[in-house]
Amino acid sequence: MRKGLLATIALTAMTAMMAVSGLMSGAAQAADPIKVGAIVSATGPASFLGDPEKKVLELYADRINKAGGVDGRPLQLTVYDDGGAADKAASFTKRLIESDGVDVIVGGTTTAATMAAVPLVERAGVPFISLAGAVVIVEPVKKWVFKTPHTDRMAAEKVMEDMKKRGLTKLALLSEDSGFGKSGREQTVAVAKERGIELVADETYGAKDTDVTAQLTKIKNNAAAQAVLVFGLGQGPAVVTKNYRQLGISLPLYQSHGVASKEYIRLAGGAAEGVRLPAAGLVVAAQLPDGDPQKKVVTEFTKVYEDSFSTEVSTFAGHAYDGLMIALDAVKRAGGTDKAKLRDAIEQTKGYVGTGGTVTMSAKDHMGLTLDAFHMVEVKQGDWALVK
Amino acid sequence: MFAELLQYLLSGLTIGAIYALAGLGFSIIYNASHVINFAQGEFIMIGGMASATLTASGVPLPLAILIGCGGAMLVGVLVAKFAVERARNASTVTLIIITIGASIFLRGIAELVWGKDFKRLDAFSGETPIQFLGASMQPQSLWVVGTAGVLIVAIGLFFAKTLTGKAILATSHNRLAAQLVGIDVKRVVLASFALSAALGAVGGAVVAPITFSYTEMGIMLGLKGFTAAVLGGLGHGPGAVAGGLIVGIAEALGAGYISSAYKDAVAFVIILAVLLFMPNGLFGKRGTERV
Repeated sequence: MRKGLLATIALTAMTAMMAVSGLMSGAAQAADPIKVGAIVSATGPASFLGDPEKKVLELYADRINKAGGVDGRPLQLTVYDDGGAADKAASFTKRLIESDGVDVIVGGTTTAATMAAVPLVERAGVPFISLAGAVVIVEPVKKWVFKTPHTDRMAAEKVMEDMKKRGLTKLALLSEDSGFGKSGREQTVAVAKERGIELVADETYGAKDTDVTAQLTKIKNNAAAQAVLVFGLGQGPAVVTKNYRQLGISLPLYQSHGVASKEYIRLAGGAAEGVRLPAAGLVVAAQLPDGDPQKKVVTEFTKVYEDSFSTEVSTFAGHAYDGLMIALDAVKRAGGTDKAKLRDAIEQTKGYVGTGGTVTMSAKDHMGLTLDAFHMVEVKQGDWALVK
Repeated sequence: MFAELLQYLLSGLTIGAIYALAGLGFSIIYNASHVINFAQGEFIMIGGMASATLTASGVPLPLAILIGCGGAMLVGVLVAKFAVERARNASTVTLIIITIGASIFLRGIAELVWGKDFKRLDAFSGETPIQFLGASMQPQSLWVVGTAGVLIVAIGLFFAKTLTGKAILATSHNRLAAQLVGIDVKRVVLASFALSAALGAVGGAVVAPITFSYTEMGIMLGLKGFTAAVLGGLGHGPGAVAGGLIVGIAEALGAGYISSAYKDAVAFVIILAVLLFMPNGLFGKRGTERV
């Protein structure tokens, strides 16, 4: 009898355990992957932005999966390369929504690619976190659209704030004939009006120009100018910087956040000395004071990125990291991937500390960064130095 | 006022010398094969990229330029041999499209070999600007203008004095007759591709310190070079040089006095005007039927 009881207990225990483990394996199978879609310009003219973005998304998707996923659900990342073409970005967005059935989309490396995807995600109701700069993406606010990078408007504001500190009120603007430069020009013009800065010159140059001495000569001969702001991306601003020194212009030179990578200093060489620009904390990770909330995040991200790819970290890589992390953070808070709940959770992102700054979104603000997210840096001896 | 004008002229001259070299490359190939080679810009890119990356890894500059030149010549011959020659009987338009294809292919290969980022090449003799009557220029500009000048004279002598040069000229005048007197026309075409590739590569190396080098640097330089060649009269060497200088100076003056927004438009307005009003260019022979 006793023996029989013992056997029964053992048997029951065993079945119970089997049942539990069975349940558990069942649960693991039932844990659908979190489907994250991404459209980046990994090739083409914007590849210097899109390539690090793609690498970061893949790297972190891999790391998160190795660490057990999010809430026990693995991450399934689908990345498409639009090659810098807006029409391709639109068709890939369609594919992500319709055939891949993604829960959230990260991407749109450029403003053009983002704006091409916007109507599609708005119609389908899929949360979309853009990695592009222009302010038009989140102003006016679109229900399903968010973004991680700082806007050109903020860059203009930061520059003018710094000008005021130095007692300068007359600005000469030289903007690039590209999407980024044009939008930057518009914002600069608007911000200048608000902040009481007088624009005394408004010149442009082509993104692939090899010589801008003609435009700079005009600025040089403009007696009113007290400072010069260049709004551009890639090699153009480096050409401008070299020509600027060649002509011996002595006015303070500002660049936009579009050149906040070591590449700019490398290309412009000694000519870059003394140039000031607004940049994210990531660029000056090592120099941030220990009390800075971003210090830990940016130092860690820099280390992971540079160990994995043995190239210098760029702010653009940081934007992709922020986009992915904000999305996953929202998945946790929404308790799943129901699209409407996920969207609400992204909108409620509060105090997320990323590479771009501290993000607190709201129904009116789908970017969530304040001017504090920018640090004014100056090029000193071939490196960035925080302007105090 | 005068200093301003002089500054524009100096800027225009530097940029114009680069266009002139590219334009000359178009003309040489056009002469030998009646192909407008849109891969000319890619030869410039190869020269610039090779010299920038090789010097960065410790190769002395002159050697790096030579290697870049050799590489470009090899690529030029391969393009001629495997892309252009095989389509020998195709129409001119087809041939042009083939060269556009070759240029896209070369850019892709270059992206794989060298990556997508910009490469820096140090200026050959420092970066202290030279002051000249109130205008200033980079010392590298003198290198560009000087190199262009030397190459242009050398090319002139090559055509006038050497047998190979004369063979190319003969082929350009009358392909059939040239063949009849024993000129190996196929080899002439190969030689012309090699020559203009070398020309482009040297140009690429001397402009790299000013423009930086990257895999897409050849697109705009190629287009402007083409404008220069058309302006001067396709196939007319000195015409291409004059064309390049005119386009460069017009651009600089346009940017300075009209608006920098229309700088690139200047070149293309010129090419439209030339095609409409003087299709043979400034120096091209009138009424020559090239079929």
